[in-house]
Amino acid sequence: MPAVSKGDGMRGLAVFISDIRNCKSKEAEVKRINKELANIRSKFKGDKALDGYSKKKYVCKLLFIFLLGHDIDFGHMEAVNLLSSNKYTEKQIGYLFISVLVNSNSDLIRLINNAIKNDLASRNPTFMNLALHCIANVGSREMAEAFASEIPRILVAGDTMDSVKQSAALCLLRLNRTSPDLVPMGEWTARVVHLLNDQHLGVVTAATSLITTLAQKSPDDFKTSVSLAVARLSRIVTSASIDLQDYTYYFVAAPWLSVKLLRLLQCYPPPEDTSLRSRLTECLETILNKAQEPPKSKKVQHSNAKNAVLFEAITLIIHHDSEPNLLVRACNQLGQFLQHRETNLRYLALESMCTLASSEFSHEAVKTHIETVINALKTERDVSVRQRAVDLLYAMCDRSNSKQIVAEMLSYLETADYSIREEIVLKVAILAEKYAVDYTWYVDTILNLIRIAGDYVSEEVWYRVIQIVINRDDVQGYAAKTVFEALQAPACHENLVKVGGYILGEFGNLIAGDPRSSPLVQFNLLHSKFHLCSVPTRALLLSAYIKFINLFPEVKGTIQDVLRSDSQLRNADVELQQRAVEYLRLSCIASTDILATVLEEMPPFPERESSILAKLKKKKGSSKLPDMDDSRKNVNGSSEHAEDAEVASKPPQFLLEELISTDRPHPSSSATMLPTRTMVPSHTFTDNLSVNSAPSSGASLLVDVFSDFSSAAPTEGSDEHFPRFVCKNNGVIYENQLLQIGLKSEYRQNLGRMYVFYGNKTSTKFLSFSTSVSTLQLNVQEKPVDPLIEAGAQVQQILNIECVSDFSDVPVLNIQFRYGGTLQNITVKLPVMLNKFFQPTEMTSQDFFQRWKQLGAPQQEVQKIFKAKNQMDTDVTKAKLLGFGVALLDGVDPNPTNFVGAGIIHTKTTQVGCLLRLEPNTQAQMYRLTLRTSKESVSQRLCELLPPTNAVPPATAAPLAELFTATLIWSWDAISLHRHMTSSKRGAIPALKHSGGRTVVGA
Amino acid sequence: MCRSTKYQDKLRFLLLFSRQGKLRLQKWFVPTSDRERKKVIRDMIMLVLPRQPRTCNFLQWKDLKIVYKRYASLYFCAGLEEQDNELLALEVLHRYVELLDKYFGNVCELDIIFNFEKAYFILDEFLMGGEVLETSKFAVNVSMEQADTLQEVTQHFHHSFILHSLTLCLSVPLCVF
Repeated sequence: MPAVSKGDGMRGLAVFISDIRNCKSKEAEVKRINKELANIRSKFKGDKALDGYSKKKYVCKLLFIFLLGHDIDFGHMEAVNLLSSNKYTEKQIGYLFISVLVNSNSDLIRLINNAIKNDLASRNPTFMNLALHCIANVGSREMAEAFASEIPRILVAGDTMDSVKQSAALCLLRLNRTSPDLVPMGEWTARVVHLLNDQHLGVVTAATSLITTLAQKSPDDFKTSVSLAVARLSRIVTSASIDLQDYTYYFVAAPWLSVKLLRLLQCYPPPEDTSLRSRLTECLETILNKAQEPPKSKKVQHSNAKNAVLFEAITLIIHHDSEPNLLVRACNQLGQFLQHRETNLRYLALESMCTLASSEFSHEAVKTHIETVINALKTERDVSVRQRAVDLLYAMCDRSNSKQIVAEMLSYLETADYSIREEIVLKVAILAEKYAVDYTWYVDTILNLIRIAGDYVSEEVWYRVIQIVINRDDVQGYAAKTVFEALQAPACHENLVKVGGYILGEFGNLIAGDPRSSPLVQFNLLHSKFHLCSVPTRALLLSAYIKFINLFPEVKGTIQDVLRSDSQLRNADVELQQRAVEYLRLSCIASTDILATVLEEMPPFPERESSILAKLKKKKGSSKLPDMDDSRKNVNGSSEHAEDAEVASKPPQFLLEELISTDRPHPSSSATMLPTRTMVPSHTFTDNLSVNSAPSSGASLLVDVFSDFSSAAPTEGSDEHFPRFVCKNNGVIYENQLLQIGLKSEYRQNLGRMYVFYGNKTSTKFLSFSTSVSTLQLNVQEKPVDPLIEAGAQVQQILNIECVSDFSDVPVLNIQFRYGGTLQNITVKLPVMLNKFFQPTEMTSQDFFQRWKQLGAPQQEVQKIFKAKNQMDTDVTKAKLLGFGVALLDGVDPNPTNFVGAGIIHTKTTQVGCLLRLEPNTQAQMYRLTLRTSKESVSQRLCELLPPTNAVPPATAAPLAELFTATLIWSWDAISLHRHMTSSKRGAIPALKHSGGRTVVGA
Repeated sequence: MCRSTKYQDKLRFLLLFSRQGKLRLQKWFVPTSDRERKKVIRDMIMLVLPRQPRTCNFLQWKDLKIVYKRYASLYFCAGLEEQDNELLALEVLHRYVELLDKYFGNVCELDIIFNFEKAYFILDEFLMGGEVLETSKFAVNVSMEQADTLQEVTQHFHHSFILHSLTLCLSVPLCVF
């Protein structure tokens, strides 16, 4: 049939294809196909003497039908028959059919393998290539088993044609990827390395790919390839006159081979041999230089190929991370590309800079481009480029530019594409936390996030802000104030209602002093959102209400009315109904004391890695997220993928667990564990309440997120945490890589009980764990502690403390244990200070002034002036003073900004009454503290304890006193005197005289 | 699809589809299930077709880099491993178009429709297992011509008259040199 075999031989196929294309509808197409399938089937079945050409044609038609998306369940046998044809085109179609329609039918595989074997042995290079292609295309295990040992022989045989060598190399590479265990290493490996010296550049290209893959598997076997690769690269890059024939691509010398060689070099650290190293450096410099040369062609292919090599060279430079000079040049080159008119280059420059940002040598250089990157964020038309800009901003962020970057990301978020919003939200949340210097900024940022992109703020993000606020008492007042203000907006996002409900429920008292945010106002504000919220949020709000009942007895009636209403008590939702019933009942029957214990402030959360980070890592491949602290790849390029994956695979639930760790009634099971928590019936803030008890569950995940990421030393030693405990009783007192120690303590008169939690952060158990407390002035009784702490577990120890007389030395806890064979010794100061034995005392202003006067002896009064460390927030200060232990007395001091407090220190032998006054000077950002007690040593000691951080040293404090004397109108003596004289005239003021640092009344 | 390991530089897949979203060629360089294939094809078409002209040729899709380029009525779209070189992948696409062009002479979409098997063969000469096998245009064509001469009837290859009667836009050459 000569006519038919013309025009590539398959006229019937062309007719069939155009028939299909002419079909007007899907149905017509299916009909035509079914007709054809029936035809082919009958041809295959009927006529035994089907010639090779017809077989080829029909197999090809079947292939076409399959590629259109229809199932093919016959014809495999005919295709296999074609494999043994000695006509090339028939064989070719047979192999194509097999490659596309892989079938796991074992009989067929045996036949196919047989045909491949014959072709490989045929010594006909075209047939051998077809066979090798088929192995590479199918790449199944059966094929690997059959040919993995044969192919290396073909590859290194002296008489193999170049084109077959190329195919053999890549075929082997393919098998090595799917079945690395089947590819034998052997004497052929040395000979493969020498293919890098081959005359034929095609062979070198294919061999380089193979060697790169094998070198990752066993770097030592292929070490010699480094010098050969450098030599080859050098010949391509540096010698201008070399004739590469057809391997020059648009005036660029062998770009594919260059890139592959550069890639191979990334498997190894920088060469140790100095001459080799300088040769490589020379190559890289030449590549960088070429970027500055005028292009040899205006074609985009020229610049693409040239820049492909350049980017690969930069990747190698970043990977080696050892030549500051090259790194900076690379960074400058990328900087140029950032403003290139080619969108592709801008995209790639942003991408490469991300990795450059994590090198210590180039981090600063990358930062200089911040304005360009921000501009890209604002002006790029292409969302994928903008996304790269976001990535780069994230990567280049550090303490110095975090505020700017976070602000830019926030403002971009307002208009960002929906597809990348969630990711930006996560990034902003992470940066805000990581680089928060003061946590008010952090709180503001997260609330902004919720405002701008509430729908994209995942639970992890708002859980996290609550965790942080609870753990950091310096931000609680501010957070309460800020959420209160944010909730004023007529339409606020439900996530904000959640955060607001939680925070006001915990810390609403800190802002309740202001009549504009009085308890009732707070409650009404929250409740105004109630009906618009989903069930989980409403459940959370109900919990906030019961907390309000404890915080503000005055709104108890209002809240009870709300709980009692039908819409609550008879709510269709079981959870809401149950909460309403239980909370109402609780509020009715429990005494104030019980209520206070039950609804106590949430204990601090165990500190650990932010789950947001884990979420972000999970969301994208970790390689896209260069983290300043962990992404430094090691020289071999085996970066911490495994670890990342581990972090990423953590169930997102774990944060929830910790949030609800104290949720739900644990009637008696945990009573021995945490007495103060057991009575917590439910301050359920989230749903999904499961049976999690104490926060020990996640101890192995504990990572201190608050530690300064950039500081070299981890937060070892307790001194850093110690001051925080002056005004609070619970929290983490100590943490290093191995161990975390948390405290929870209660005091009553002269007795105290401290629960010490030892958390093993490692994956190995601690043995021979023992502790001892050394103390000079206190009586401390230690309960025995378990000598074994399992990996990731937490054990508890109880210390009973008795205060005998007033004291200044704090007890010291010595801990000893074995970790992996070495003995660890840790010493922690326990925060048991004199003020812990305070009993707050309420008194009238008249009583107060009477006592104040009685304690007028010079040795009874102690005064100091110190600089405010944080923002001077009234609510925070109040909370601190309450935490210190005194009762705050309102309306005593005529100046409402001043604080007045009173309390009694209980010791076994005596009781010491204490009066306190704190005067803030907001202009100077200073405080003056005055303490009067009946005992000099107590006054001294208490004065040392406030403020709870290291304040201005006394030497500089003295002159500062003048700030106060100048601005003060009333001294306390004056007030009392003034009042006793019942003179309300301002005329009394001139009677006041100032003497020294103190203001006294003129006699 | 399996998670990428470092330094595997290769294509995962290559797709050719028309502006109307018709798939013209698919090549998978790693084992991929039918379901996964369908999903990738659908996602790629949805991702690439709406893109504006003169935006960049690279996209991030899951853990893959997508590199695409439009030639006349056809989109050439490749999925790359994370560490691969995007610019070079762009030139892989271009070199493939050149090879098609050299073989067919002013190649157009119709050539690929009616001679799909040839398009696959040329691709096999150029790429193997997602790696560049032979970058020399000369060498690839020598190999293809050898194959043609091996046929019992040597033919002057060109699309037959039927092809020309079809829609014009499909016969726009992919590559203008």
